[in-house]
Amino acid sequence: MHGGPMTDIETFRTETRSWLEAHCPPSMRTPMAESEAVWGGRNAHFPSPDSKFWLEAMASKGWTAPMWPKAYGGGGLDGEQNRVLQEELARIKARPALMSFGIWMFGPVILEFGTEEQKQAYLPDMVHGRSWWCQGYSEPGAGSDLAGLQTKAISDGDHYIVEGQKIWTSYAHYADMMLCLVRTDPRVPKHEGISVLLFDMKTPGIDVRPIKLISGLSPFCETFLNGVRVPKTQMLGPKNKGWDVAKRILQYERTNISASGFGGGAGLDLVEAAKESFGLDNGTLANKDLRSRITKQRMYERAFHLTMRRAQEEAKAGSEVSHYASVLKIAAAKLNQDKTELLVETLGMDGLGWAGDAYRPEALKATRDWLRAKGNSIEGGTSEVNLNIVAKRVLGLHDHQ
Amino acid sequence: MTLSLTEDQALLKDVADGFFADKAPVNAMRAMRDSQSTFEPALWAEIGAMGFAGALIDEAYGGSGMGMRAMGLALEAQARTLGTSPLFQTGLIGAIAFDFFATPDQKAQYLHLIGSGQLRLALAFDEGAHHAPSQIATRAVKTASGWQIEGKKRFVQGGNHADLLLVCARIDEGSAQDLALFLVDPKAKGVAVTPRESVDSRDWADISFTVAEVMDAACLGGGVLDPAKLDLMLDYCRLGICCEMLGLISACFDMTHEYLKTRTQFGQLIGSFQALQHRAAAMLVEIELTKSCVVGAFEALETGKDVGQAVSLAKARTGETLQLVSNETIQLHGGIGMTDAHDSGLYIKRARVLEAQFGSSAFHRDRWAKLEGY
Repeated sequence: MHGGPMTDIETFRTETRSWLEAHCPPSMRTPMAESEAVWGGRNAHFPSPDSKFWLEAMASKGWTAPMWPKAYGGGGLDGEQNRVLQEELARIKARPALMSFGIWMFGPVILEFGTEEQKQAYLPDMVHGRSWWCQGYSEPGAGSDLAGLQTKAISDGDHYIVEGQKIWTSYAHYADMMLCLVRTDPRVPKHEGISVLLFDMKTPGIDVRPIKLISGLSPFCETFLNGVRVPKTQMLGPKNKGWDVAKRILQYERTNISASGFGGGAGLDLVEAAKESFGLDNGTLANKDLRSRITKQRMYERAFHLTMRRAQEEAKAGSEVSHYASVLKIAAAKLNQDKTELLVETLGMDGLGWAGDAYRPEALKATRDWLRAKGNSIEGGTSEVNLNIVAKRVLGLHDHQ
Repeated sequence: MTLSLTEDQALLKDVADGFFADKAPVNAMRAMRDSQSTFEPALWAEIGAMGFAGALIDEAYGGSGMGMRAMGLALEAQARTLGTSPLFQTGLIGAIAFDFFATPDQKAQYLHLIGSGQLRLALAFDEGAHHAPSQIATRAVKTASGWQIEGKKRFVQGGNHADLLLVCARIDEGSAQDLALFLVDPKAKGVAVTPRESVDSRDWADISFTVAEVMDAACLGGGVLDPAKLDLMLDYCRLGICCEMLGLISACFDMTHEYLKTRTQFGQLIGSFQALQHRAAAMLVEIELTKSCVVGAFEALETGKDVGQAVSLAKARTGETLQLVSNETIQLHGGIGMTDAHDSGLYIKRARVLEAQFGSSAFHRDRWAKLEGY
């Protein structure tokens, strides 16, 4: 440290720290259960008055989207300032003020591909948590082969009319807006006839049905689109160039999925659960086989987090890091599946309860998390599709021509 | 503190890669093996002249003072082409041992010789087939003018060519804190060096000490070693081995990657088969995760925070990944990978030795779990 006047970044840290001290309520500095997350939207649900206050405070600074331009409600921070902000948030263990697919995935592409009107129309609402966005990507016939999508948009004056069906739309039953991939030219090769439309989920002709998963939860929906009229001004990027936007969003999605390591937090700690189940023998876990496998899993997890950090540092230094998105997505799926599988095994029959008071709530969560995790290597591009991407784009191994 | 290479380090990496590719290509190692040679004086002199041997030695003692990350890059570059020199034994272990424990007189006497490559050292530490710091039984008993060493060391790397041995022995039996290091002339009375022929064709020896007498001044630092400091010295050694393993990993992977892009079967490049694409991509995922663990260990050494965990993580993960990649190298090459004429065999033989040295993956998983409290 220098003895001279504080540098800009030190000043920023001091100011940030005191602002957070003044504005982050004590109840927002405790571990957060999944049900306490704030997703915003027109019908935003706030589990407590503090959570509403905390979102409004953060949004007023633009710090729900710290690096977006101030002109669109963002925080206007540079990378170093954002790092300081994140460190200061972590220091006081602040809860995320807002969970938002809009901020994680869609805002960045609207910033990159959108018109000025689109930026003004959508970005400030994302920052303030006034809109919940969902992703109209997969279709019954277009999963891994996403570019084979059939939902079509037919030109009708200054509107498109959208016809088709989407599936696996995360939280479509709560969403206010959809970013939707549509086919605007069926006569050209499949990647070259796709466009992106942005529309309100209240538009007539949209029918949403939640899908019940093996975990008993319904985070995904089927979305039926029948004669949905969308103004042409709500196309993102040029007509028939939507695949470029789609791929960019997938990168954000994979990075975002990976960043959370598929969540799974706030549950039972694997090592603590194992100690409880099997006890210690001379200071080491009595079940040696499990001890070894738990260690491998935890080492993998540690390696994953170090790689996340390395990717961020290299990106900051200006290196090309796009290949990390698929690498990290593959690794994140494996680590979460291994972790949830090991936790259920560690709990034994206690880890296989479905409902009721006979099981601890944390154990029931372990069961549901384990089942939910089976989707981790499917959603956001299957692990196999991501291996294809690594093989082709990173290693330059191409299919037979 | 950082996980990515600085500009200076990236530059140094290029220099080191170029140097070893030029001066110590795989063919040179193969020729050494075929002529049963385990030491090339000319290469070692150049490694000294490049400043690699003295990377961990202060300029005040004639070293280059480039630091541990530089040493790591040099070891990685050397290992990539299976370059064979005493860089690890002397430049890393020797320099760290003197830096950590030696008296000012001992430093003044030896460090400039180590940094310039004029003195080759070997650490005589383990006594069994597995790395086991707690199992050392060799004893040093105080005499009127020095010490008398009694015991048998096995698997001493560089033991046949060393000018000076660093022998770890107990000096106060019964207490946990009784290990010391002694400087012993391998030609001295009571010291017997027996060469071993190992799978990696390198310099390995068993060394026995029977009433081997040394002077007081031969005890590094003059007495018992701080156990935490000794453990830290071992962690430097382990991290050095990790860097060598990274070198092997990248060489094996590059060789295999190249083969997938050039070998034709069924009228097409074998790299166009999805089964093989996925095996290659899966390796890359493991390699990226592993690289992060190694730079994470460097970072831990620099900050001094949770060094044991960070190094054990790196050693365990690097060992696992090297095992995967060296095995896949043979499988993806097919029959040619099983022939002695192909380099894959040279790499897998060296790989398993490095995996075992200074603690196998199993050793480091166990250590990591203990440090994490289970």
